Amino acid sequence: MNDRTPSDIGVRELEAVARKLRGQIIRMIAAAGSGHCGGSLSAVDILTYLYFRELRIRPNEPRWPERDRFLLSKGHCAPALYAVLAERGYFPKEKLWTLRGIESTLQGHPDMRKTPGVDMTTGSLGQGFSCAVGIALAGKLDRKDYRVYVVLGDSELQTGLLWEAAMMARQQGLDHLVAIIDNNKLQSDGVTKTIVDIEPIAEKWRAFGWEARRIDGHDFGQIHAAVVQSKSANGQPKVIIADTVKGKGVSFMEGLVSWHSGAPNPQQTAAALHELEARA
Amino acid sequence: MSQAQPNKVIYGQTLVELGERNPRIVVLDADVPRSTNTYRFRDAFPDRFFDCGVAEQNMICIAAGLAASGKIAFASTFAVFASMRACEQVRTSVAYPRLNVKIVATNAGVDNAGDGVTHQGIEDLAIMRAIPNMTVLSPSDPVTTRKAVLAIAQLDGPVYLRLGRNPSPVLHEENVEFELGKMIPLRDGDDLAVIATGNMVHEALIAAEALAGQGIEARVLDCHTVKPIDNAAILDAARATRGIITAEDHNLIGGLGGAVCEVVSELWPTRVRRVGLKDCFASSGRDYRELLAHFQMDAAAIQAAAQELWSSNGVHALSASSARCATR
Repeated sequence: MNDRTPSDIGVRELEAVARKLRGQIIRMIAAAGSGHCGGSLSAVDILTYLYFRELRIRPNEPRWPERDRFLLSKGHCAPALYAVLAERGYFPKEKLWTLRGIESTLQGHPDMRKTPGVDMTTGSLGQGFSCAVGIALAGKLDRKDYRVYVVLGDSELQTGLLWEAAMMARQQGLDHLVAIIDNNKLQSDGVTKTIVDIEPIAEKWRAFGWEARRIDGHDFGQIHAAVVQSKSANGQPKVIIADTVKGKGVSFMEGLVSWHSGAPNPQQTAAALHELEARA
Repeated sequence: MSQAQPNKVIYGQTLVELGERNPRIVVLDADVPRSTNTYRFRDAFPDRFFDCGVAEQNMICIAAGLAASGKIAFASTFAVFASMRACEQVRTSVAYPRLNVKIVATNAGVDNAGDGVTHQGIEDLAIMRAIPNMTVLSPSDPVTTRKAVLAIAQLDGPVYLRLGRNPSPVLHEENVEFELGKMIPLRDGDDLAVIATGNMVHEALIAAEALAGQGIEARVLDCHTVKPIDNAAILDAARATRGIITAEDHNLIGGLGGAVCEVVSELWPTRVRRVGLKDCFASSGRDYRELLAHFQMDAAAIQAAAQELWSSNGVHALSASSARCATR
């Protein structure tokens, strides 16, 4: 499937899956009473593409040693990951409605010890990316051919740890490591640009020795093309800067910092689900 | 192994021994392999060694990623950086997921006398002890350092192990039984008990000899595992003796002394005197033992605390453990 052209990757099908997952994200967070809608909705198209078109995985064998690895460094968007894992059959969908409950297998942030399919415990921003470098290093050391994908939030570029890890990945020639930045341009306290600007993003990564591409993170054709182009064994780690919209798919959440965190009330939940269904 | 050697040298040698036996062993360092002695492993197994540069937080997360991929990852730097600069990485990416990362930190305590406060790790036992899932070790001599390093490689889970840089005399027989979480008695006595860890075990033995000369028989226990602490040995010491003196090259708050007090206050309240750094930063010093003496952490300080405890009626006027730091 990796050789598909943008026209035959099944864009309609992927869009339908992503729409369904968006509905589940809204319902999960509403049921939990707290969570992060905005970033989950901005990242879900990237996750849908990876889990339905790219990753070499066996949902019935989550720890299959040859699997591609996936890390959600922006761990607060766990609802998007849980929705896609359930859709791929890692665990029953009924589990989704236990999100954030005491002893739930679905913790507020991804927990590798509790959730089948979660490759690394993440959530403290910057750490997941650094752990991904370690996992990629292990793959190289073991001469395995698995690839490592890690999705970052744009504000993780504000952490010092991220750049330590970026330098190390280049030093070790981890060209099977692909970082995808969910660049929704908003963070907890407001507009990223007005807090601590991270631009120019691509230039920063290139200066750190990475191969960088910039795409529309809601366009499956562009996601596909960028992922395919990120497979050269040229010694360089790859980064895809995916421009996205926080809250994407639910009009009253789109582009609003206020939906960084917080659960929708019953009326908002109904309105969001109605809108998503109407788009189907 | 009979002559004094720095425990960190033993660590480096034991790593090579482990690396020969087990291909899953990988070693990381943060620009100080010549000091931590991980260079010995690098020279023997260059493919399994990663110098992360001056980036301790990254080193810990990379170790976590390697461990999540089936490796047994030893990560080394100085105690001050391992326990504080990389503290949250240790907590969230290693301890919480219970990954097989062994953080072996050198220059523990004021042991790095010359470099001064910036390079003296005096809070690491307290910090690491407070993190769930962590096992915390502080071996005293070359024999137990080797046994400790071999033991933690067998343990599936996160470990913090601190070591000194100065030569440590051999205190234990080569065939001593070493079990994680179990103190090793080095001297018998039912008048007082001295529970010591790391470099201070040697000081405790010197102090116990001096006390014996004054007719006070103190048992000496080598507490190589600070967490989980050996409740049974503490309880026995509390019951059998008039009181307990703890000795550690660490701040008095939250380390070995704190751990012992937690146990006795719940199980068998008894009088305790803590010897360590009195909640102050130390200073540079040209000689480790002179620095210990200056900050009242040496054998003489242990002896003085023991004498005070022995002769007091439970009222603790102004002894070693409550006095403020002399220099501030």
